[in-house]
Amino acid sequence: MKYLCLAYYNEKQFGALPKAELDTLVSQCHAHDEELRNSGHMMLVGSLAPTASTASVRPQNGKPVVTDGPYAETKEQVGAFFIIDAKDLNEAIRIASMHPAAHLGEHVGWGIEVRPMEFFQQT
Amino acid sequence: MHEPGEQQANRQTTHMRDAIDDIYRTSSRRVLATLIRLLGDFDLAEEALHEAFRAALEQWPRDGMPDNPTAWLVSAGRFKAIDTIRRRARFDSTLATLAEQLEQSTMNTADTDEQTIEDDRLRLIFTCCHPALATDAQVALTLREVCDLTTEAIAHAFLTRPPTLAQRIVRAKAKVRDARIPYRVPGQSELPARLDAVLRVIYLVFNEGYSASSGETHTRADLSGEAIRLGRLLVALLPEPEAIGLLALMLLHESRREARTSATGDLIVLEEQDRTRWNRDYIKEGTQLVEQALASRRFGPYTLQAAISAVHAEAPSAAATDWSQIVGLYDVLMRVIPSPIIELNRAVAIAMRYSPQTGLTLIDAILARGDLNDYHLAHAARADLHRRLGQQEQARHAYQRALELALQAPERRFLQQRLSEMSNEN
Repeated sequence: MKYLCLAYYNEKQFGALPKAELDTLVSQCHAHDEELRNSGHMMLVGSLAPTASTASVRPQNGKPVVTDGPYAETKEQVGAFFIIDAKDLNEAIRIASMHPAAHLGEHVGWGIEVRPMEFFQQT
Repeated sequence: MHEPGEQQANRQTTHMRDAIDDIYRTSSRRVLATLIRLLGDFDLAEEALHEAFRAALEQWPRDGMPDNPTAWLVSAGRFKAIDTIRRRARFDSTLATLAEQLEQSTMNTADTDEQTIEDDRLRLIFTCCHPALATDAQVALTLREVCDLTTEAIAHAFLTRPPTLAQRIVRAKAKVRDARIPYRVPGQSELPARLDAVLRVIYLVFNEGYSASSGETHTRADLSGEAIRLGRLLVALLPEPEAIGLLALMLLHESRREARTSATGDLIVLEEQDRTRWNRDYIKEGTQLVEQALASRRFGPYTLQAAISAVHAEAPSAAATDWSQIVGLYDVLMRVIPSPIIELNRAVAIAMRYSPQTGLTLIDAILARGDLNDYHLAHAARADLHRRLGQQEQARHAYQRALELALQAPERRFLQQRLSEMSNEN
């Protein structure tokens, strides 16, 4: 079974981190990233640009209309994602828990959402 | 006119029906837990369980009771489920594969030996209390699947409408299936956190039956009894210190049920309870369990709270309570799970050990931080200490504040009672 893991963060708090603190945080991430990569369960991983560079498209009167910013106007936004292959939710949680956002960044809203998913067959 | 032989046969049928009823009461949850593992689906397993008992009612009076009724029921249920899936497979081809898989994964004797079946009960508990489910869903699912309470009974106990509750259970089962929440006892590394979730559900059920004494008191007491039964089951299956500590805590609280409300349903505080009405059997059992949990040296907050309750239970009167020991236990509890409410309880214990003024200073400091401003018991505790110091005006003021915040009818009556006592003294 596939699980999409979304790593959240509080954009404003994260953006306000002084350089020294940011460097410390980032340097602490490497070991966790390494562990996750070596778990053998990773299928795909990616990092997202800030919401400032985001556009949203929504139907309006049956036509796509573009607006600036993310779909949901919340403080916490997705900053990174990864897709893992796990036999059940417990294993998925165990693997997702290796990610830095499960250990660090409590003060800047880090956290992971683990969500079952499936790929559509390509024809 | 009945032939004597026929009469005898009828009597045997009645006996067998009673025996099957007994087996349903004692073993239906075991059979269900194993069927959920074998079939991988709650609804299918429940249906199979009922089919299996229906088959028993038909066959056992004729053929006699099998040597191992539980194993027979599991096996019958499994075959009935395969039949069901085959029937449905005519309309849904994906099910045909499932039926084949189930049929080919032949059951071996290990599937129904006693240990495996007991393990299945534990798996069921951990699945129902999985932290990926919302707390109210965990509670509902546990009471429905593990305790076999009806949806109506659960809805009634939690003051919810039965359709709402039923939907909560349906959604929880769907999540177990769709997110693939496994049917497994967590491994050693996850166990402490996962056990916490199970203990929290059990304690929540207990408290719903113990603290919310307004309304349908009878059903509520049943809920506490159900929580204690669950606690016993958990200790039997997984004798972890905190599971033992929680069972002790519930038994020690339960020992005071009779003494804590008056005939008219009014609240009687610990200090004023008639201690001869405390249930000595529960106290004895609870105290032994506390000692057992403490001796493990791996105890946590439930054991510590049970230990505090045990100190109260041993005291012949409020005045003769070993308050220094209680203060000491609260100190340890504060280190394990610091919280303003524990701090408040500790302050009350200190007031009893040293002086009302010492406790009052501590409570005022907690309130000054703003943590418990809306918590009626903080104001009630403050009021009580002012009362003990003879400071009528401050006491009345604090009782009034507590009354504004209290929601439960018996608690409100208690606070009103105290207020009117004060006016009479003036």
